[in-house]
Amino acid sequence: MSKESKSPYLPATTQKHKGLSRTLSIVVLAAFAVFLYMANSGKILGSYELRIIRLCGVYAIAALSMNLVNGFTGQFSLGQAGFMAIGAYVTSLFIIPTAQKTAMYYVEPIAPWVESLQAPFIVALIIGGLVAALAAFLIGFPVLRLRGDYLAIATLGFSEIIRIFITNMIPITNGSLGLKNIPDTANVWWTTIAVAIVVIFMLRLMKTSYGRSFKAIRDDDVAAEAMGISLFRHKMLSFVIGGFLAGISGGLLASVVGAITPIYFRFTLAYEILLIVVLGGQGSITGSVVGACILTVAREWLRFMDNGFSIGPLTVPPIAGMRMLVFSILLMIIILFYRRGLFGSNEFSWAGLLRVIKSIPQGIKRLFTRKAKAEGGGS
Amino acid sequence: MSVLTTKGATMRFGGVVAVDDLNIEVERGEIVALIGPNGAGKTTAFNMITGVYTPTEGDVLFNKDGGKDMRTITGKRPDLITKMGIARTFQNIRLFGEMTVLDNVMIAQHLHIKSGLFGAVIGWPRYYKEERRMKDGALALLERVGLLEEAYELSTSLPYGKQRRLEIARALATEPSLLLLDEPAAGMNPTETLELTEFVRQIRDEFDLTVLLIEHHMQIVMDISDRIYVLDFGKTIARGTPEEIQNNERVIEAYLGVADVD
Repeated sequence: MSKESKSPYLPATTQKHKGLSRTLSIVVLAAFAVFLYMANSGKILGSYELRIIRLCGVYAIAALSMNLVNGFTGQFSLGQAGFMAIGAYVTSLFIIPTAQKTAMYYVEPIAPWVESLQAPFIVALIIGGLVAALAAFLIGFPVLRLRGDYLAIATLGFSEIIRIFITNMIPITNGSLGLKNIPDTANVWWTTIAVAIVVIFMLRLMKTSYGRSFKAIRDDDVAAEAMGISLFRHKMLSFVIGGFLAGISGGLLASVVGAITPIYFRFTLAYEILLIVVLGGQGSITGSVVGACILTVAREWLRFMDNGFSIGPLTVPPIAGMRMLVFSILLMIIILFYRRGLFGSNEFSWAGLLRVIKSIPQGIKRLFTRKAKAEGGGS
Repeated sequence: MSVLTTKGATMRFGGVVAVDDLNIEVERGEIVALIGPNGAGKTTAFNMITGVYTPTEGDVLFNKDGGKDMRTITGKRPDLITKMGIARTFQNIRLFGEMTVLDNVMIAQHLHIKSGLFGAVIGWPRYYKEERRMKDGALALLERVGLLEEAYELSTSLPYGKQRRLEIARALATEPSLLLLDEPAAGMNPTETLELTEFVRQIRDEFDLTVLLIEHHMQIVMDISDRIYVLDFGKTIARGTPEEIQNNERVIEAYLGVADVD
């Protein structure tokens, strides 16, 4: 894509395998596209599985948005749920047919200007993102002066304020009853292409001077400022782009789930996204995408646990919430073994995958030798 | 023709006066040293000049070309002061740890960039040119300081002496007219120290710089400086040429630590 200057100081391996890696990537992406095409036409997967794939996409974008602010710029922000709510509501109000809107608002009549809002899905989605970005811009002025935990608390607070506003602006948002009958426009193609665009955007961004400045602020804000980088301006840029992406993911989410209420966007949603970011690796774009898929799929797949199951002679009776227990334990195990998330701050590469595969036998061996040593020491 | 002047710059932290009535004047092209025992307020003075702290009293004046009309930079934001032409290094090295040597230098050129974020992401021709220029400039600087071979290594993987040199290269990338060096020789071995003296002189001439430095290593200070200011407990106790300072009673007492036993 970009013409890298062939520097003699570049590590030899990166140049040698570039062609092969590219071919592999294209093959895998093409296979994935064919799979999506088949899946979308209902040949392989049912609507339930398709919905999970779509949710993976939604959460991937939300995680990327949080990763931009937290992982790349180093600002611990938890405001994503609020921005997603804004995106979801704005997008929904533009795409729900007028007649259905009128019928839905029975506590208080709908405001006439809201009733008349109509736009194609893509336009609605972008408007949702822009409104969320505007909210991020306004919130950014007071909160981006804070750092670390204080910033996290302030953004979390603002996110709740947004939610409370939504709950109480009944003529516009229908209050706690939420919005229903949101058109199911965001199919697998929409979500997957949206993820692809966001991933490409992020990859490009991190290679530019602006991306480097974000990382510089993360690594050492005092030094970054001394090198002439305006901290406030760059934190704000990152925060606003993060807000925009969160808004987009909110809009897609609304279309995927079909009905939204303010409760959906509580701070627990922000934690879920944070979990994805930490699991995938702060500062890793592929990490966020993979993390989102793992988390979304695992949560659904573990559903069978709630109905009771048996392992050999042991029979577990149906307990509501059992899957969340197992889910949490699995997460803890992953974090114990991968302190910096699955990807750390690295991106996926075929060479990296090969290294991991090659290291597996050794890892197993080490696991056993350590065990043997421990036993020896115990006697 | 002074580049930097401080007029009665004072920094108080609560009841502690870290720097008291600092009046320094640095002429264009000079190498001036700021010395004194630990806790004398040298780094605080640097922080006042670079905008990390706003002086409680007094003024800091600066003119890039050493002209008559000096502008106050008191309390300006550090990044704006850097843009005006003052660059610095840090006592405890502050490199961007998760980035390559090359990226560290390229970041310091970000302040010159004119393209917006979206132009950069899309790969607009203007940004492409700017990126090219930044990269070439950074590589040239790395070559100048002898770090070209390490350009694609992680900055924190470099040995100590090279990290110091990288910090100087990074500061130079902002295209300063005044360079502040905070203990550039700290942790260097004797050979590296000797090289450093020569290196600072060279870059002063090559990049048309004025240098203000903090240093504990007396050999370097006496060797390199045109003039010296001595601080002790925030107060300026002496100023003058290296010879004058070496023969100053108060400096010997304060700095060599003639004991006043209590």
